Amino acid sequence: MKILNCPINGPRPIQEFHYGGEVRSLPDSATVTDAEWADYVFHRAGEPGVKREWWYHLASGTWFVAERDNRSDEILRTYLYAAEARHE
Amino acid sequence: MNRRLPPRDSEKIDRNQTVEFRFEGQTYRGFAGDVLSSALWAHNVRLLGRSFKYHRPRGIYSLANHDVNVLVEDGQRTNIRADVLQIEAGLDVRAVNTWGGVKRDWLNVTERFSRLMPVGFYYKAFHTPRRLFRFYENQMRKIAGLGKIHATSTAVPSPKDYSFCDLLVVGAGPAGLAAAVAAAEHGVDVLLVDEQPWLGGSFLWQQTGEASSRKRLATLLDQVESLENLRTRVSTQAAGWYADHWIALVNDQHLTKLRSQAMLTATGCFEQPAVFQNNDLPGVMLGSAVQRLLHLYAVKPFERAVVMTANADGYRVALDLHAAGVSVVLVDLRFAGEPSELASRVEELQLEVHTGHAILEALATAREPYVGGALICPLDASGKLQSEKARRIDCDGIAMSVGWMPNVGLVHQAGGRFHFSDQLQQFTPHTLPATTFVAGRANGVFDLEAQLVDGRRAGLEAAARLGYFDGEIPQVPVSDNSSPSHAFPIFSHPQKKNFVDLDEDLHLADFENAHQEGYDNVELLKRYTTVGMGPSQGKLSNMNAARILARLNEASVNDTSTTTARPFHHPVPIGQLAGRRFHPQRRTPLHHWHVERGAEMTFSGAWLRPECYPTVGVGREETILSEAEVIRNQVGMIDVSTLGKIHVRGPDAATFLEHIYTGRFTQQPVGRVRYGLACDETGVIIEDGVIARLAKTHFYVTATTAGAAAFYREMQRWALIFELDVNLVNVTGHLAAISVAGPKSREVLQQITDIDLSAAAFDYLGVREGMIAGAPATILRVGFVGELGFEIHVPASQASHVWETLQDHGSTWGMQPVGVEAQRLLRLEKGHLIVGQDTDALTNPFEADLSWALGKNKTFFVGSRSLEIARRQNSTRRLVGLKLPTEVTRAAADALPKECHLIISSGEIVGRITSLALHSTLGFPIAMGFLRPDLCGLGTRTEIRSDSGKMIEAEVVALPFYDPQNERQAGTSDLQTAQRGHASAPRQSPVFQLLASGEPAWRDLDQTRIAVRYQAEHTEDAVRRQLGLCDLSSLTKLNLQGPDARSWLEAQAVDVPSEIYATRQLADDGWIIQTGRDEFFLESGLRNQSIPTLLRQLETSAETMFSTQREDGSFVLTGSRAQDVLAQTCGLDCCKLEVNRLVMTRVAGVSCMLLPSSIDDLTAFRLWMDPSYAVFLWEALAEICASLGGDVVGAAGIFPEFFA
Repeated sequence: MKILNCPINGPRPIQEFHYGGEVRSLPDSATVTDAEWADYVFHRAGEPGVKREWWYHLASGTWFVAERDNRSDEILRTYLYAAEARHE
Repeated sequence: MNRRLPPRDSEKIDRNQTVEFRFEGQTYRGFAGDVLSSALWAHNVRLLGRSFKYHRPRGIYSLANHDVNVLVEDGQRTNIRADVLQIEAGLDVRAVNTWGGVKRDWLNVTERFSRLMPVGFYYKAFHTPRRLFRFYENQMRKIAGLGKIHATSTAVPSPKDYSFCDLLVVGAGPAGLAAAVAAAEHGVDVLLVDEQPWLGGSFLWQQTGEASSRKRLATLLDQVESLENLRTRVSTQAAGWYADHWIALVNDQHLTKLRSQAMLTATGCFEQPAVFQNNDLPGVMLGSAVQRLLHLYAVKPFERAVVMTANADGYRVALDLHAAGVSVVLVDLRFAGEPSELASRVEELQLEVHTGHAILEALATAREPYVGGALICPLDASGKLQSEKARRIDCDGIAMSVGWMPNVGLVHQAGGRFHFSDQLQQFTPHTLPATTFVAGRANGVFDLEAQLVDGRRAGLEAAARLGYFDGEIPQVPVSDNSSPSHAFPIFSHPQKKNFVDLDEDLHLADFENAHQEGYDNVELLKRYTTVGMGPSQGKLSNMNAARILARLNEASVNDTSTTTARPFHHPVPIGQLAGRRFHPQRRTPLHHWHVERGAEMTFSGAWLRPECYPTVGVGREETILSEAEVIRNQVGMIDVSTLGKIHVRGPDAATFLEHIYTGRFTQQPVGRVRYGLACDETGVIIEDGVIARLAKTHFYVTATTAGAAAFYREMQRWALIFELDVNLVNVTGHLAAISVAGPKSREVLQQITDIDLSAAAFDYLGVREGMIAGAPATILRVGFVGELGFEIHVPASQASHVWETLQDHGSTWGMQPVGVEAQRLLRLEKGHLIVGQDTDALTNPFEADLSWALGKNKTFFVGSRSLEIARRQNSTRRLVGLKLPTEVTRAAADALPKECHLIISSGEIVGRITSLALHSTLGFPIAMGFLRPDLCGLGTRTEIRSDSGKMIEAEVVALPFYDPQNERQAGTSDLQTAQRGHASAPRQSPVFQLLASGEPAWRDLDQTRIAVRYQAEHTEDAVRRQLGLCDLSSLTKLNLQGPDARSWLEAQAVDVPSEIYATRQLADDGWIIQTGRDEFFLESGLRNQSIPTLLRQLETSAETMFSTQREDGSFVLTGSRAQDVLAQTCGLDCCKLEVNRLVMTRVAGVSCMLLPSSIDDLTAFRLWMDPSYAVFLWEALAEICASLGGDVVGAAGIFPEFFA
């Protein structure tokens, strides 16, 4: 049972969380091509490396971002979704 | 014959306590402290079990729970391991898996055919012909099963709990004790566990002779005793390791979910058997088992022993046996014999020693399956037996001391990697994760003094890693170069009863066959032969299997490696894994009313909803139809409290909703309701509901029962991504909702509300706020059922009163409660789809005929880009209405049309039924379903395939089936009745019914009843001090959020907490807690002054603030054992929580706010949860409290001054 560190609530067992998928930046729907949009909507990158993932702390209703290395399943850091997460 | 020896210091039995027990129907006596195996062996009962496959006789082998030779059952439990089963009065067990008892097990006949059953036999033999497989399976199950349970046996609950420590030390032998003491001395919070019932490990049975080692043990145990931060647990297995040191601790009672910061394993080694002919005969046992019998239980294992050895341990076994009066012959596999001084001690005693010899075969006595002799023969230079030189030695027991395998399953699971040391002939740690440590024999350190040093070394390393120690750490002691393990103690025999795996009766040739068939990889070999897959998980077989495979592959053991060690490495009963089952249920505040009324309840997600209210003698279908007709003709009331309810507030609220939903909301007038359809980014429909605009910046949104929680979560995420100034509050459980529908609904409702319901004042799709039956309400005039109707939203605590008042006033108009099944039928008649029922994971609004719900000229909403693409493509299906002939309702059950049936045209699948009603108020069966677009023309005939294959004709008709012009929404009359004011509605705790069943003394307070006390004052006070559970849900609660909330509260002279999760007491003994950046939760005390005052001030304030009345269930756990309740329900270390600081966590699977607090000097935990979960949580907590000697208590003990 992994421990995940919620930026608001601190380290908690993983059952307290809901996984929200990969963090992706929303393309501008006015300018994006059909193919690019389809790529955004349907394709998920599963290659080994550091992943940015959405996680949600169920009891407090907190969304945040976790950076996880899927080769070691190590969570490198967690932080609230803010300017940092969007523009990195 | 009695094999019990005279009393000795090391024994763990109490000779003053005789215990009578039964085995295989016979009565025996043993001593308290005996295990079943030792007690029986003392009586010279040596045939204790039968093997799994060939039903060969078996006896004691490891006496340490490392083998499964002796499994017994008592009817209630099965597969109990006799080696660790402490005898007690009344114990009545028999061996598992025998026909006719363990002595003459008829199933032993299988052994005669063993030559015909090589490894892989089952795979090859029993798969054809297919039709016989059932028969084979049946027969095999009868033979292969392990144990039987009486049909009358009952489940014994075994609640799981959580535990926490800094460092878990597994194994309390010399190294483990030294490690635990070393770490604890530097302040580390240490938990030391051992599978044996005593601390000491090999001190107790292997190092018993020397006075110095006895003294060392005594010193260590004293230190353990004196260190407060060193806890111990015996008879406990650390059975599995999971991520971040989540370790399952298992004893015979229950499973503990331990969370540790670091793990130190001093788990020692499993002694390994030698492989020779008949090495499983009762009387053949490991040298360590001999020593355990002698030293722990004072039982003489044999009278005349042959000790087969390849290390110093075997010489110690020989000396111990000799000291107990056993005559001993040593057979040493090594040509040079024992190098240590033990050899000279053996020589002094003139024991017979055969160096360079091995046992060829264990011989049974003439009449009984016990060891009667050993055939020994010299080895040649290559280690092969020279069987022609074999000679017999008479004996009644054979001890094997030929090698050891480290017990490091946990370390493997934690990510440790091992290398095989050829010098030591053992796997030793190669790389270890940062917070995992190994000490003692598992680390390749065998000498007692060295083990103590190594234990101390590992303990200090752990303390240093955890930040408790920064001094010098000793080195791992260097071994003396002698290996305690023989490189290949495995000898082939033509008769093939030389077993490698005793669980599965696998002999040496099985491995050779498997290898020949190409299974030359250790993982493949394991699956094919099943080696290590039995209940003992390869503890005594994996090492030999690896040696055999390495030799067959002509490779090193290191290259061959061993199989992956997965958790659990020791079997755990299913009941212990299940523990106390927490499946949170949500109940509406009207649940008790439905149940009393005999409603059939059904689950929708976690919610329980009334399907219908059947009366005796009336069928289900009929009931549903008659309930539907009540709504069509008179008026009905439906509990729709399970609907999702969300407040969306703030300057960007309308923009936000336009982003989330497909429709338009910025121009929506205040006081109006619109339909809302939401898609995901792929354009698939995920939710629908209505959106009521209560103010320019305030919308009230409903969502589907099953989808609301996930939809609210997505809304929260989109609010972050869009960076909009919007405030979301999920009030699903805090508000109840009642749908009053039917032509007479206006008349009924007008009786109890001051809101003008006349058509002129309150038209279709309007929303009004006001009072109903004395409760504050939001009323939406919506009509999914196709009649005039109102949806009433009121606080959950007042729902019961509103419902009953409605019921009273509605009887004049024939009003009846209606279940959700009738509501579904009426919706279907009206052509309203249900998301998830009539849509699937690919349905877009075009297919569902909902393109009208897409806002015109909208540039963006979630899914808009995908829908733009979908619009350009041809859709492959459309949702249509279907009319079926009335005759089908009279067809046989398997010829009836059903939901999910396929629609077939010209032999092709062209569609699928999504919703269907055989009986509708229209008089004929109707359905909705997907159909290929070219077949969707009105009047098109198509066919549905029933279960029997019979085709049912259906005709495509226009939707809705009922009242296409929406004329019924006006209602049949517009009778105006007097609008009445009502006294304020009483409020009720969500667990009121449960409290009432305890018959407490009540106190009426404001609009609510408080349970003051259940028992006499002094009794209740005693309960409260030990463990009390109290309900305070009647207290008024308020949520206040917004950028101005803090400054406004300060202006009201409220002592405001300084940071998130900080708390302050209110003037009336209530609480204020900061629950977010700009968010505060308030709960009044019993005097209830703070919140009403604030609410009055709020009405006139101009600041940007969002207040929400909260209806949380509010409980208190008090007393010295309150933490024990949380240890069973909450994954946080509640002993370490800061007092008066809130934590948001889960208790029994329910999201809660938990506040560690105190009442006077008493520990108290406050708990707040969504009121729909309150009944579930109360029942779960009350059950646990009762099991721990606690009880329900009244509010008097929590607010003593108030009730004084």
